[in-house]
Amino acid sequence: MDTSILWIPLNLGTFTDMSSILFVIGTFGIFVTRRNLIITLMSIELILLAVNINFINGSLFLDDLFGQIFALFILTTAAAEAAIGLALLIGYYRLRDSIETIIVSTIKG
Amino acid sequence: MYLLLLYFPLIGACLSGLGGKAIGHKGTVIITISCMLLTFITFLIVFYETSLSNSICFFKIGGWIDCEYLNLEWGILVDNLTSVMMLLVITVSLLVHIFSLNYMKNDPHFSRFMSYLSLFTFFMLILITADNFAQMFLGWEGVGLASYLLINFWFTRYQANKSALKAIILNRIGDFGLVLAIAGIFSIFKTLDYSIVFSSAYLYSDNKIFLGTYEINAFTLIGILLFVGAVGKSAQLGLHTWLPDAMEGPTPVSALIHAATMVTAGIFLIIRCSPLLEYTHLTLIIITLVGALTAFFAATAGILQNDIKRVIAYSTCSQLGYMVFACGLSNYSTGLFHLINHGFFKALLFLSAGAVIHALADEQDMRRMGGLYKVLPFVYTMFLIGSLSLMGFPFLTGFYSKDVILELSFSTYTIHGLFAYWLGTISAFFTAFYSFRLIFLTFLSKSRAFKRNIEDIHEIDIYMGIPLSILAIGSIFIGFLLKDFIIGLGVNSWQNTIFFLPQRFLLLEIEYIPLYFKLLPVILSITGAILSLTIFSLYNKFIYKLKLTKLGNTLYKFFVKKWFFDLIYFFFIVKPILSCGYNITFKLIDRGLIEIFGPLGLTRIINNIANLSIKNQTGYIFNYAFMMLLGFMISILVLQGFFDIRAKIILLFVLLLINDLILTKKNEQSSR
Repeated sequence: MDTSILWIPLNLGTFTDMSSILFVIGTFGIFVTRRNLIITLMSIELILLAVNINFINGSLFLDDLFGQIFALFILTTAAAEAAIGLALLIGYYRLRDSIETIIVSTIKG
Repeated sequence: MYLLLLYFPLIGACLSGLGGKAIGHKGTVIITISCMLLTFITFLIVFYETSLSNSICFFKIGGWIDCEYLNLEWGILVDNLTSVMMLLVITVSLLVHIFSLNYMKNDPHFSRFMSYLSLFTFFMLILITADNFAQMFLGWEGVGLASYLLINFWFTRYQANKSALKAIILNRIGDFGLVLAIAGIFSIFKTLDYSIVFSSAYLYSDNKIFLGTYEINAFTLIGILLFVGAVGKSAQLGLHTWLPDAMEGPTPVSALIHAATMVTAGIFLIIRCSPLLEYTHLTLIIITLVGALTAFFAATAGILQNDIKRVIAYSTCSQLGYMVFACGLSNYSTGLFHLINHGFFKALLFLSAGAVIHALADEQDMRRMGGLYKVLPFVYTMFLIGSLSLMGFPFLTGFYSKDVILELSFSTYTIHGLFAYWLGTISAFFTAFYSFRLIFLTFLSKSRAFKRNIEDIHEIDIYMGIPLSILAIGSIFIGFLLKDFIIGLGVNSWQNTIFFLPQRFLLLEIEYIPLYFKLLPVILSITGAILSLTIFSLYNKFIYKLKLTKLGNTLYKFFVKKWFFDLIYFFFIVKPILSCGYNITFKLIDRGLIEIFGPLGLTRIINNIANLSIKNQTGYIFNYAFMMLLGFMISILVLQGFFDIRAKIILLFVLLLINDLILTKKNEQSSR
């Protein structure tokens, strides 16, 4: 009756790989995008998610509630920031009629 | 009163040089001539006191350099050697001043000329009356400067510029040797005072100077270097090429500087340093050989020159060789005697040549003169007196000194003395040959002059005549009058100034050499004179055909080109140095290295870095985001242990480099 359960070791490195991979994907997503700016916003969310998983991982291993409380804080911050980002995006679209990333603007040196 | 000797020429020089415009032509005449006359009168008193009454005068004026060992003071030392040299210098200088009143009378820069002549006299007097080596060097350099200024008097003439530069550069090379000699004297004696150096010379005669691992007797080295200075100043073989070209200056300049005074400064130095040179055997041999070779070389080069002044210049060079080898054989008083005699008749020759040039409206080529003995009888007489004296015609001035030198060189017990005798005798033959060639071509032959030169021909007037007559009287009588005073046996004219080792005293042996060798120079001179007169009047065509044969042509070219010394110097020394000066030091170093390490290189570096750094700002936001990420990561990952500022700076440079490399690659990609 116990042979069908997969024993996953619960040490500090359980979710670290996953968290870091997500973090890197999110980071690279910011400056590799050639499509539109929403990808940037989604990458920011990915970063925050990766950080959240890291905190949960730490709380799970150290048997401390602090990690999960801080993850809640991060969640709320992420939500607020996503809202503001989308609002900025809509305003930007109204001005420029596009949400491309590659626009050679006057800030070129 | 001894300082007046120095002050009068200086005042004359300053007033007519600096105030020449204000004083005008007449004022310059009055000031310079009166200053020189006052100098001459002072000199007569000085001569009576020091030479004739045998009381030397020396005093110190003031301090110059006072630094641990080196205590230089301005001082005047007037002993017999000085006053006898002053006899020559001041007399000839005064006569040249009077001569140039008329010679340069139409020149717009007359004041400058007279001022330079007086300046030259001033420096020469400083050289002669100096108390220590440094003051003598001051006078030495000063006469070199005055020589440059005077050769370059007509400075708009290109040839004069070149000749003046040649003179001063070759003089400077000699001065380099002299400076090293003075440094050597200082290192041995720890002082530069004549009295200390010469009186204690015998104590240091075995000292050695070490150059690395090579050791050489101190006096030998000092003597060789002193002689290098004399070679530069007195136009001996090696540094002689300036003397013929120095004839670009006006004729009074040649008479003063290149006959009587400046070129004798080297010989004066040798005679003055006789206490030092007597203890060196090798240096005296070198001096003898160089002097003899110079005498021979200049005589052979002079027989084929075409310019009247150049012939006399080579004659000067040759006679200087005589003086030098007389000194090299330890007969310093004989060398001095020949110096004084030579000063008189050479100045006479130069001034007469000046008179001829002046009469022929500045024609200097001998081949364009002729038949002047009827038109200019006075100048012809002067020329004849001077040439006969130069040749060593019996009982004129030149005979007394020249024959004594040759007899002395025969009666030495050494080989180099005999070598000098033979070269000197053969040079006597050539001297007579070219002297009479000069007289024949200028005065006695049929006239070959252009009409424009002999249109206004006239005999010289009194201002040019008086110096010539005085010099002619000197050329005839002064040898006889001064012979016992200067080279007499047992006379105490040179108490301590001229020193010679007793084993080298030869003035008695000259009376016992075979009669044939005593008469040989005189016979050869007279033969040379007669030969030249007959060849150039009767066998002209024969000698012209001789010149056109193969051997004749080679010899002719060899002698006319002064044994190719000028050519060799030009190709091996002047050309490489000038090309190095342009290509290497100017183009490669000044405009190359120094500019690259200086302003030009810095601007280029900064421009390049700025151009590369501009590419950093692409305008793409994701690039900027990448930069932010990169910086953040590096600062938390890499810079953990780098707390030292230097490491951070190095790291910053490396990052900038990598940055540029990446961005140049990106730019290439985006531009493709």
